[in-house]
Amino acid sequence: MAPVIELEGLGVRFWQRNILEDLRCTLSGRAIGLLGPNGAGKSTLIDTLLGFYPVATGTARVFGYDIRTQTKQIRSLTGYMPETDCFIAHMTAVSFVRMMAELSGLPPGAALERAHEVLFYVGLGEARYRKLGTYSLGMKQLAKLAQAIVHGPKLMILDEPTNGLDPPARQRMIRLIHEMRDSGELQILLCSHLLRDVEETCDEVLILKDGHQVHYANLEEERRTNRRFLELETAGDDGGFAEALENLGCQCAVTSGKRMKMVLPSSFVIRDLYRVAEERKVQIQRMNYRRDSLEDIFLKAMENSNGRS
Amino acid sequence: MAVHKRSYCGYAGQLTPLWSRFWIVTRYAFKNVFQWKLLTAFFVICFFFPLLCAVGIYVSHSTPLWAMFARLHFDVDAGFFFHFLRVQGSMAFILTALVGPGLVSPDLANSALPLYFCRPLSRAAYVVGKMLVLASLLSLITWVPGLLLFLIQSCLAGGSWMGANLWLAASIFLGSAIEILVFCVLALALSAWIKRKLAAGAALLAVFFFGAGFAEAVNAVLGTKKGALLDLARLIGTVEAHLFRQPWRSPISGGSAWIALLAVSGFCLWLLARKVRAYEVVGG
Repeated sequence: MAPVIELEGLGVRFWQRNILEDLRCTLSGRAIGLLGPNGAGKSTLIDTLLGFYPVATGTARVFGYDIRTQTKQIRSLTGYMPETDCFIAHMTAVSFVRMMAELSGLPPGAALERAHEVLFYVGLGEARYRKLGTYSLGMKQLAKLAQAIVHGPKLMILDEPTNGLDPPARQRMIRLIHEMRDSGELQILLCSHLLRDVEETCDEVLILKDGHQVHYANLEEERRTNRRFLELETAGDDGGFAEALENLGCQCAVTSGKRMKMVLPSSFVIRDLYRVAEERKVQIQRMNYRRDSLEDIFLKAMENSNGRS
Repeated sequence: MAVHKRSYCGYAGQLTPLWSRFWIVTRYAFKNVFQWKLLTAFFVICFFFPLLCAVGIYVSHSTPLWAMFARLHFDVDAGFFFHFLRVQGSMAFILTALVGPGLVSPDLANSALPLYFCRPLSRAAYVVGKMLVLASLLSLITWVPGLLLFLIQSCLAGGSWMGANLWLAASIFLGSAIEILVFCVLALALSAWIKRKLAAGAALLAVFFFGAGFAEAVNAVLGTKKGALLDLARLIGTVEAHLFRQPWRSPISGGSAWIALLAVSGFCLWLLARKVRAYEVVGG
């Protein structure tokens, strides 16, 4: 797949303070997640890609266009849903979205048609003639999404799209992102500090901390190859229990007393575990079965980066 | 995408040229401006005086009518057009105070600027688009009727009058242009910095009315006459009097007034450039 975003030693500086430093990465997924704790530089990276902030060092390319010299081309191809409240209170949703479509280059007639369509698509069809100032927070988020997609961008940049949404509204937003991603019409750059949002929607993730790139992961590959874990708490004499499991191909680590953590081989079935426990007269009191999640990847990245900060 | 399908699909139609995008900003701002009925009414009132002047010019060329209105004797000369521009200038100022603050401040108050600038629309195009609203409204009540009056007078008085007074047409246009420029950039800069429509309108009035008082205070304290450079209304009057070759009591020359007004406009543009951006970088 052709690269969507190429970071080539990108650095951004405000008032002699480095906000982003030496970012190097090539991102080409259908949905790219930008993760990091608050203040990591996620929004700054997005705003720099859109040409809102000047580049201090290096550069970046979006669909091959240089962000220092070709911002107009980049902006023509992108749709942006900002994190903060952005709207024009006295306008109705339909005229607001129509104006945004026209500013992106759609002729007035086509802009009006698309405005109606996208407002129906995001679920604001019935409220499209209401003024934006009267909208609830969830509706404003949807209106922001509508203006970001009205011109049919090739890359949609979503900055914390589920901020302030209640669970049903969040589900709706995630579903819309899924649908758009699966339509194949656009690629998505989703910036969030919510791991769940990124895990549910993205297939590639870049993790930032304090303006540095601390990890890059292809979630699709990780999902294919990631390992299964078992956390066990046992009672009784467990002599030889760990060895017996290792003979079945597991990697065991006794963490404290009766607790152990196991990495399971792909051929392992849980029934074997019960069989060995019965043979060794070991009582299993607690068992936690899980896969390597984005949370593990994120925490590992944060741990590894601690030496730097 | 059809409404009933409600599934996402891209746009593959034609696009408008990049250079024309500023006009969209203007068009939507115009629509918003004329939603306010009071403003529409005031805009109509702004044409009363030009109409009266047109009638006056006609009367001055009609012998029977002129005899009826003999007491209202006046000449259609530089003084006539100077006073026309002074009256229309006052109307233009009120119109600026009504329209100007509502152009940029709602976008800034609701943080809408990133939505404009994430599209292929430059900051300059945005400012030009907004300024065009005010500039066209002010033009319609200053130099456009001024030049129409000049044409009516030329038609009635004959080609020789027109030839001898062609400089008046240039003065009407230049006097109006500097007035419009100062009003536009000042109104936009104030509304960008204050962000509240009413407060920005009040600030605009304050700049003009308290400016005169402040100028006098500076003169009194520093024992100078250069304080007049802070009085925008007087500066505009000086420039117009200079253009129409009219007597005008002012301690500063026409040239200095021109430079001062251009400097004020430049400063306002710098203020606008600082505020009209997607995100402000705060820090130090």
